[in-house]
Amino acid sequence: MIPVKFDYIHAESVEQAIRLQQESNGEGKLIAGGHSLLPLMKFRLTEPGVLIDISRISQLKEVRKEGDRIVVGALTTHHAASNDPVIKEHIPLLADTVRQIGDLQVRNRGTIGGNIAHADPAADLPAAAFALDAQVIIQGEDGEETMPVDQFIVGPLITMMPENSIVTAVSFAIPPRHTRSVYLKYFHPASGYPVVGVAAIAGVDESGVIDFVRIGITGVGDIAYRAESVEQTLLGQTPSEAMIQEASRLAAEEGEMGNDFFTSSEYREHLCKVYTERALRSILLAN
Amino acid sequence: MAIEDREVTVVVNGQERSAAVEPRKLLVHYLRDDLGLTGTHIGCDTSQCGACSIMVNGEAVKSCTMLAVQAEGSEITTVEGLGSIEHLHPMQQSFWEEHGLQCGYCTPGVIMAMLGLLKENPNPSEEEIREGMEGVICRCTGYQFIVSAVQKAAKLMAEAEEQKEETLVANLVREGTHNG
Ligand SMILES: Cc1cc2nc3c(=O)[nH]c(=O)nc-3n(C[C@H](O)[C@H](O)[C@H](O)COP(=O)(O)OP(=O)(O)OC[C@H]3O[C@@H](n4cnc5c(N)ncnc54)[C@H](O)[C@@H]3O)c2cc1C
Ligand code: FES
Ligand code: FES
Repeated sequence: MIPVKFDYIHAESVEQAIRLQQESNGEGKLIAGGHSLLPLMKFRLTEPGVLIDISRISQLKEVRKEGDRIVVGALTTHHAASNDPVIKEHIPLLADTVRQIGDLQVRNRGTIGGNIAHADPAADLPAAAFALDAQVIIQGEDGEETMPVDQFIVGPLITMMPENSIVTAVSFAIPPRHTRSVYLKYFHPASGYPVVGVAAIAGVDESGVIDFVRIGITGVGDIAYRAESVEQTLLGQTPSEAMIQEASRLAAEEGEMGNDFFTSSEYREHLCKVYTERALRSILLAN
Repeated sequence: MAIEDREVTVVVNGQERSAAVEPRKLLVHYLRDDLGLTGTHIGCDTSQCGACSIMVNGEAVKSCTMLAVQAEGSEITTVEGLGSIEHLHPMQQSFWEEHGLQCGYCTPGVIMAMLGLLKENPNPSEEEIREGMEGVICRCTGYQFIVSAVQKAAKLMAEAEEQKEETLVANLVREGTHNG
């Protein structure tokens, strides 16, 4: 499978990546790891006239702590993120999530920025991004702009990316120290993408009640979401099996369950509940 | 708009190679068609089978999901770069001894992916090996013999490492006595 003809240019800097997009008259497309874009181009589902390769802009590979957030450069590969000491220490949920993306070879090429910018409704990363209050940092023609992930991703493969701009980083809020987290995924047996992916963070205070909980769910519909009804039900409660079951019943509340030849919406709703339950059990009840 | 070919220079199996390629040429086609390295196979159109796996700068990568132009300046190892018939690489040796292949179509890719795994994790458990094989598909073996082969390769490679160290220490000691 060979893509249609296109031209190819390297961008050496963020500024140049923006300029090359302006000069391409709408024909240009950024390429990072190429692991979402090239498969589409091979099937000729997308036919950009010019690929602007941003993969050598080394400043976009940095991971750093900035106040109460971890800023992950857009070009950080899934593999690098899963091994990064700063990520593992402060936002282990992200490491846990990207470790489960695709396979070894895919994780070596695919990037955090590309995954978010592609906004694939079946991607794993959005679950962690929603649970960790991610913000997408975008450099555009008029300077830098920061968008919360739930405003950035607005539909399947649809984002609020302004024209001629580039995601430079994604930042994630560091959850309170006493919390624990997990990403659980039921993957499609052929593609490896999640049919449902639940990213959960929770913790109990000294008196034994749940004082922090965040749940992000991906894969089940057109867009990932935060299961706020589950969160609200659990806050202020003492963790117990009964409590977890009751709360998890609401896991599909904020989501719109997809319906396709692989799974019915009823089944997706069921999976949402089951995987939320398992995730919460593993962080709130297991020692 | 005429699109110019790009000169792509890469080091493949230790040798610098250059060719002018169309930007849309996939790395796997560059290796097979331009460099004649047909050990790297193509088994699918969907980036899933892993038969095309090679090492790029020391990491296992699917060469069907990378453009040749993206590889400019990188170091590539394909299955041809591992061993020879007389001196098989421990991974090749193990696939042979443990019957890690039947038709052999997937084998070059599986071997490269598994070398990528061992580089990260030189002593993987069976579960970790199976997890590491997520990105390769074998329609013959049922995977069990591949697992055995990788386990054996891990052992052989660790022994070779140890031996290398012992020789190094022995040489240092010898040098020490010469000098002293
Ligand atoms: C076999 C296979 C299995 C996979 N399995 C999974 C899985 O289980 N879960 C999962 O989540 N993903 C999976 N993926 C997708 C993988 O994670 C992709 O690598 C990732 O989604 C996109 O990252 P990329 O760097 O490859 O982006 P590219 O393919 O380079 O780009 C994707 C899109 O984002 C845009 N883009 C890229 N970088 C930027 C940037 N910095 N700023 C603005 N726009 C940008 C591009 O223009 C393009 O439109 C799989 C891919 C393959 C091939
Ligand atoms: S040929 Fe199948 S993954 Fe590359
Ligand atoms: S040995 Fe035939 S496909 Fe693996």
